[in-house]
Amino acid sequence: MEYKVPTMAEMAAEGKEPEILFWVGCAGSFDDRYKNVTRAFVKILNKVGISFAVLGPEEACTGDPARRAGNEFLFQMQATANIQVLNGYNIKKVVTACPHCFNTIKNEYPELGGNYEVIHHSTYLQQLINDGKVSMKGGGEFKGKKITYHDSCYLGRANQIYEAPREVLEALDAELVEMKRCKTKGFCCGAGGSQMWKEPEPGFKDVNVDRAEEAIDTGATTIATACPFCMTMLSDGVKSKNKENDVKVLDLAELIAKNEGLD
Amino acid sequence: MEYLPQILFILIVGAAAFIMAKRISRIRKNILLGRDTDRSDRKGERFRNMMLVAFGQKKMFKRPIPAILHLFVYIGFIVINLEVLEFIIDGIFGTHRYFASIVGGEGAYTWLMNIFEFLAVGVIVSCTIFLIRRKVLRVDRLHGQEMTAWPKMDATIILVTEIILMFAILTMNAADSLLQTRNPEYITTGTLFFSSFLKPLFEDMSTSALIALERAAWWFHIIGILAFAIYITYSKHLHIFLAFPNTYFANLNRRGKMQNMPEVTREVKMMLGIPDETGASAAATVNESEGHGGSGAAPQEVATLGAKDINDLNWKNLLDAYTCTECGRCTSRCPANQTGKKLSPRKIMMDTRDRAEEVGQSLDKGGPGLEDGKTLFRNYITEEEINACTTCNACVEACPVQIDPLSIILQIRRYMAMEESSSPQEWQMMFQNIETSFAPWKFPPSDRFNWADSLKK
Repeated sequence: MEYKVPTMAEMAAEGKEPEILFWVGCAGSFDDRYKNVTRAFVKILNKVGISFAVLGPEEACTGDPARRAGNEFLFQMQATANIQVLNGYNIKKVVTACPHCFNTIKNEYPELGGNYEVIHHSTYLQQLINDGKVSMKGGGEFKGKKITYHDSCYLGRANQIYEAPREVLEALDAELVEMKRCKTKGFCCGAGGSQMWKEPEPGFKDVNVDRAEEAIDTGATTIATACPFCMTMLSDGVKSKNKENDVKVLDLAELIAKNEGLD
Repeated sequence: MEYLPQILFILIVGAAAFIMAKRISRIRKNILLGRDTDRSDRKGERFRNMMLVAFGQKKMFKRPIPAILHLFVYIGFIVINLEVLEFIIDGIFGTHRYFASIVGGEGAYTWLMNIFEFLAVGVIVSCTIFLIRRKVLRVDRLHGQEMTAWPKMDATIILVTEIILMFAILTMNAADSLLQTRNPEYITTGTLFFSSFLKPLFEDMSTSALIALERAAWWFHIIGILAFAIYITYSKHLHIFLAFPNTYFANLNRRGKMQNMPEVTREVKMMLGIPDETGASAAATVNESEGHGGSGAAPQEVATLGAKDINDLNWKNLLDAYTCTECGRCTSRCPANQTGKKLSPRKIMMDTRDRAEEVGQSLDKGGPGLEDGKTLFRNYITEEEINACTTCNACVEACPVQIDPLSIILQIRRYMAMEESSSPQEWQMMFQNIETSFAPWKFPPSDRFNWADSLKK
């Protein structure tokens, strides 16, 4: 099946404005593992028939990693340039699969002149399910399977999004098993605050291994994530425990795409 | 000299009030060494937040056992202060149980006294369990690298003092009850349940010895409370007052939102040739930077980017530091700390307060203050700690009084990145990648859309 991935430039050339801009993010564009999530989400959007577009080559880092590492100049350079592009296309609504992009565009761009309705893909998928646009077939691949959800800090504590991802998982008819440290007490994967881009400081353990152990201990066969960096960290953590054949780390969009036979 | 006790009392209370006032003024000045930050908005929301979190202890109940024990001490503290009012009146006017002489010793007064006694016992039981948790059970979060000799001693002094002060009340009431049966001048207060258990200890004492005991317990309690009040201002226990302003002025924005730097916005817009519509806010920042030196620092024309010392932080960061009671909930939730890294959010707060105290004490003595050759970052907090943070907000979420250690960490990171260029090498590479490839990884921007190739087939 052929999927459409229109860019804003193409849309603008046709004089059209899409309903949503899908902000792919750097991980969604370059990380081999997360590109699959990007494609899964695009397949869902295609299936539902939402009018969307991406920025394609015009997209650039939101600046979040620079800002969290202290480089405010670089962040603001990125943010200002992005806002010019977004405002230039008259963007109203942004959906993204990255909690870091989500947090930055939603909470930090307004002060710099970028005001959009920003929705994380977990919330967006939940809305699609609630509106009946994605009709979750009962008896799908994940029916009755144990799934645990790892809260991304930038969705959870940073933006109080705890329920939307869980509702998506419940729609799969899966058995949601919680880790002890979940929701407001969720334990970080270890990647936030730009840790993704450097080795951790010395300690007796890596954060992602600690978290992966907790996730594996739930007995779940799937660890659901909603963040590219959580996905990398937990996948590595599961691998370090030699459990990668028993426990899969999957994004919410992949779970839905699989369930819908969109693989 | 029948007025001697009254004169002595007034002198003691006056001296205590003087020392307190001086100390409060010093702490206030220390906090105001910080930069300005506007927390004068959303007053209704702030008030509600304070009532819920500080007065209502909402966040304490995430851990029910310490929450219930703490509630006893908290209610005890608030309610028993009513009794202190009676102590003050009696002390100044030379009366005995002034409230009883007005409303009568039986009835309402008996009820009130029994409530006080119940709470006093509640405080004794709670503080004893707190001591057991610290010394015997050795609850993890109450220990840790930053909990050195003094912080541990501080906690012990506070708990033991509270227990002793409560025993003084019970002793006084027991002696008073016995005196009521021997001397009609003592106004009868009805049966006081808890202190009656102490009576057998004192029954055999002579009346004059009982009078001495009752007076000694009275003086001990009131002087003890005044001394404790002064001690608190030097200890980690200031949260009993500062929890209220600290929650009132707490950050009400989404936790994920970092504080903007308008001075950087101005410069970036200038560089990109974009007209700056936020001119007003940029001007306000200049005023902030002029004002932040307080009494210690020389006025600076351009404020430091980020923070290297306490005067680069804002006053709310410093209020946070003075509010911290070192309970360690933050550190026990910190992913870096829990996996053995040096970072401990509690230590960040303790270091900030210790540095503020050091600067304040120096200024008091006419010393160099901030210019003593030391700084919060490096002399107290190290790079290793700052770099280990995942900005996950677990510490911020965990704090029962809404202290924000993350804000301090991020301001120090800004100083490292923009003033010193001392960020970790890997981060500098990441910065370079963003500058040249517009992504934190080194991929050509032209490859950004390649993910879609397989979909279009």
